[in-house]
Amino acid sequence: MSDEEDDLILSELSDDELVLQMHDDLYDGMAEEITEAVNILLARKWLPYDVLTKALVEGMRIVGIDFRDGILFVPEVLLAAGAMKGGMKILKPLLIESGAPQLGKMVIGTVKGDIHDIGKNLVAMMMEGAGFEVVDLGINNPVEDYLAALKAEKADILGMSALLTTTMTYMKIVIDTMVAEGIRDDYIVLVGGAPLNEEFGKAIGADAYCRDAAVAVETAKEYMDRKHNQL
Amino acid sequence: MTPDPHTPFLGAPKAKPGRVLILACGALAREIIVLKDMNGWDHFVLQCLPADLHLRPEKIPDAVEAVVRKSAGKFSDIFVAYADCGTGGLLQKRCDELGVQMIAGPHCYSFFDGNETFEERGEVTSFFLTDFLARQFDAFVWKPMGLDRHPELRDLYFGNYEKLVYLAQTNDPDLDKRSEAAAEKLGLAYERRFTGYGDLASALAPQAKDSQRG
Repeated sequence: MSDEEDDLILSELSDDELVLQMHDDLYDGMAEEITEAVNILLARKWLPYDVLTKALVEGMRIVGIDFRDGILFVPEVLLAAGAMKGGMKILKPLLIESGAPQLGKMVIGTVKGDIHDIGKNLVAMMMEGAGFEVVDLGINNPVEDYLAALKAEKADILGMSALLTTTMTYMKIVIDTMVAEGIRDDYIVLVGGAPLNEEFGKAIGADAYCRDAAVAVETAKEYMDRKHNQL
Repeated sequence: MTPDPHTPFLGAPKAKPGRVLILACGALAREIIVLKDMNGWDHFVLQCLPADLHLRPEKIPDAVEAVVRKSAGKFSDIFVAYADCGTGGLLQKRCDELGVQMIAGPHCYSFFDGNETFEERGEVTSFFLTDFLARQFDAFVWKPMGLDRHPELRDLYFGNYEKLVYLAQTNDPDLDKRSEAAAEKLGLAYERRFTGYGDLASALAPQAKDSQRG
């Protein structure tokens, strides 16, 4: 890091400069700077929704592109996500208060037998950032937990994640149970995780396989649009 | 679907009789050499792909196919010494298309422990090391996960795990020590379990018999 960057005083930057600086700081996983910048924008009477979308979500979109292109790797994405999380913590209650637009509700969780949650947590965070309400069931979820949550939360979307070849097949059990109970078509089912692929997603009857968090957000938006168009 | 073991891969028109190519993950090189020497499988020719392909498992099927195609006609048979290894069934599919066999099971932890035993144990919250990973912990776990630069990420990766299980192929006190140190570094309880070569040995043995029969 250069001396110039060390000396940077965020509060002295113009709005446009500050937003660009936030994109850089997210990219570099600088959590404290992101928290400070979020507070500065709010103090300048920015709407929480604008801080979220123009600064944080846009910054993470850039991170997502470079991850996809092999420029950034998982550790850097995790640090960026950690920085965004700090900003989201401040914004979340304000977004609820200000009635920011909600695109839909997602129940998400890692499947039974699997304790890996890094990808799932990234998707949950990016979905929240994009304006979805997210109910995170955590790890190691049996089919009963998914179905109970979908019903109780009146969700639009089910998101399932797995990191292991041995556990990804559990997604089919969940979807088959939904079919058996006649509720499969009531929900958009998105699946993801390292060993999955599009073919697998189709074979188990999911609506879509999402290779990363950014794709999950875009796919969820697309399916919600279709759902609204059908109504 | 597993191909007929007697169906030659890619036609193998000018195969040299007897020689079998074992196309293996680099993480299995030592173990395969030991088994080869121990059993007198002199007709096995070992070729390894870089072990770090495991960091991008989606690249494994193409890498395997490239070698299989390049080796067509040079061997009487080819055996792919990989399990699924995070390819989500894509490696099995590719091997079926190429007419070559591979190791059954999800990954090396499973076949060293024995696929059936591993599945029965259902150790969801265990992180596994083999001899290779005990030896190469820093290069294949700690550094690729960025923990050398950002140790604060440790609990994000390993917070849901409870213990590190070292599946030992050999009795080597140095590897025991390294594995125990790895467990400590990851903040996990430690268990050592001697497996020997497990299903790796039984996966390779038929390749020796089939070839000798041919």
